[in-house]
Amino acid sequence: MELETVIGLEVHAQLKTKSKIFCGCSTEFGRPPNSNTCPVCLGMPGVLPVLNRRVVEFAIKLALATDCTVNRRNIFARKNYFYPDLPKGYQISQFDLPIAEHGRLTIEPEGAPSRRIGITRIHMEEDAGKLIHDEREPQSYVDLNRTGVPLLEIVSEPDLRTPAEAAAYLRKLHAIVRYLDICDGNMQEGSFRCDANISLRPKGQQEFGTRTELKNMNSFRNVQKALEYEERRQRDLLLDGREVVQVTLLWDADKGVSQAMRSKEEAHDYRYFPDPDLVPVEISEAWLEEVRAGLPELPLARKTRFIEQLGLPDYDAEVLTSSRELADYFEQALAAYPAAKKLSNWIMTELMRVLKGDEGIDIAACPVSPPHLARLLTMVDEGMISGKIAKTVFEEMMNTGAAPDAVVKEKNLVQVSDEGELLTVVREIIAANPAQVEQFRGGKSKVMGFFVGQLMKQTKGKANPQLANELFSRELQGE
Amino acid sequence: MQIGTDKVAEMARLARLELENDEIKALTVELSGILEYVAKLQQLDTTGVEPVSHALAVVNAFREDEVAPSLSREEALANAPVATGEAFVVPKVF
Repeated sequence: MELETVIGLEVHAQLKTKSKIFCGCSTEFGRPPNSNTCPVCLGMPGVLPVLNRRVVEFAIKLALATDCTVNRRNIFARKNYFYPDLPKGYQISQFDLPIAEHGRLTIEPEGAPSRRIGITRIHMEEDAGKLIHDEREPQSYVDLNRTGVPLLEIVSEPDLRTPAEAAAYLRKLHAIVRYLDICDGNMQEGSFRCDANISLRPKGQQEFGTRTELKNMNSFRNVQKALEYEERRQRDLLLDGREVVQVTLLWDADKGVSQAMRSKEEAHDYRYFPDPDLVPVEISEAWLEEVRAGLPELPLARKTRFIEQLGLPDYDAEVLTSSRELADYFEQALAAYPAAKKLSNWIMTELMRVLKGDEGIDIAACPVSPPHLARLLTMVDEGMISGKIAKTVFEEMMNTGAAPDAVVKEKNLVQVSDEGELLTVVREIIAANPAQVEQFRGGKSKVMGFFVGQLMKQTKGKANPQLANELFSRELQGE
Repeated sequence: MQIGTDKVAEMARLARLELENDEIKALTVELSGILEYVAKLQQLDTTGVEPVSHALAVVNAFREDEVAPSLSREEALANAPVATGEAFVVPKVF
């Protein structure tokens, strides 16, 4: 039986507002526990939540960037449940009138054709607090700093067919919120979180199989790994004639396995109803247009521009635009070094090899500034240093953040292009290696590599390779 | 509109109310009476009437994204039945 995997993702993106969604408390991460709270976010009786305008603006931005229909009339609803991280006993969210619906995102998984993934809805809601569990005592500690931090929940259609596609979707969405500058995207700190629903069905069948929900995946890689694990687990069950049980699973990244959450058994009944404290939000055409006008260039548009105007290959453009910071870095360097492809090669190999982490490239942490990189490449073009030496210089720049000129000067790496200086050494080498000279003259032109190599050794790689070749040819044939 | 004791028990569970059987029975009768009373509204012909979520005509009550002072931690934790100096303490949850 051939099985097909069906995956849908729910992403929670914390918004980069200064204050919380319904009160003036700071959203700053990492403050001492319970120091960013007030009667509103603590759920004291008699308080009145008032909506932060910027939350709506950010939600509209994302809606437009993902081709959603923006609902002109929005209401907030109470989602009722009890949990110690939820002081009011309900979460203010949106239910039947979310801010945006029917969007889509185009993903381009590596080595596979691009696909459009539907976005069911985007809605605004408040985050809950944080629980810290005691290792020894049977108790938990509640920190309500995060309570009321604004979130956008982005729900995809069950359009994803492989864990790799799910990771690609997530990366794309992550890039978009970063481009829009509405979320800092920090998965470790939980500003960009993902839950996944996954089920398998016989290929060609319309109805979905029984799904399980995966939680606690705090990196792109973990999302893909957890889904691959769960895909295998479900496939083994089904091929064995057994059934998948609907359950919520927690991914344990250290052990590489998922474990069933201690089940709350009964299906949830959130008893949503309109929140009487919050009046409806109406989004005018003018507001919509104002936000639209302020949208930055998005990844897809930027990629297209890189391909069409800079002549970069599709692959380069995709990699460079995968994050706004990386694309900005590239363009800043490009301003001083207009050979786009050469610059792109350098960034994609040397730079990214050093900076690559699980969350992609943290270009903000790069000690080499764009102008410094541009200058380094210019020095190679002008023959001041060889391409090989440039890599040594670059390494030093990554370590110290120094300017390339300073490194070259300090380490005495300037390429030797002085004919007189090199000629002396060339003649010494020829004199010292009569056997190789014989071979060369006998027609073994490959021996040239040996000679140049000797010269590089003696000059510590600083000899201008082109000139070295010329000198040896001349000297060896001239005699 | 009539509801059964199972429905009332379910509502009690969701609201974390611990009710005795006789309380559930009594509440089933009372709640059914209330629901019947409210059900009179169903007799109104609402054809062509837009549903409303709020009785006020006000929309778009916003605040600007500005930080206002929070409570001190002592104040925030003052009403907690159990707290450490920095956090609320609750029975272990998963």
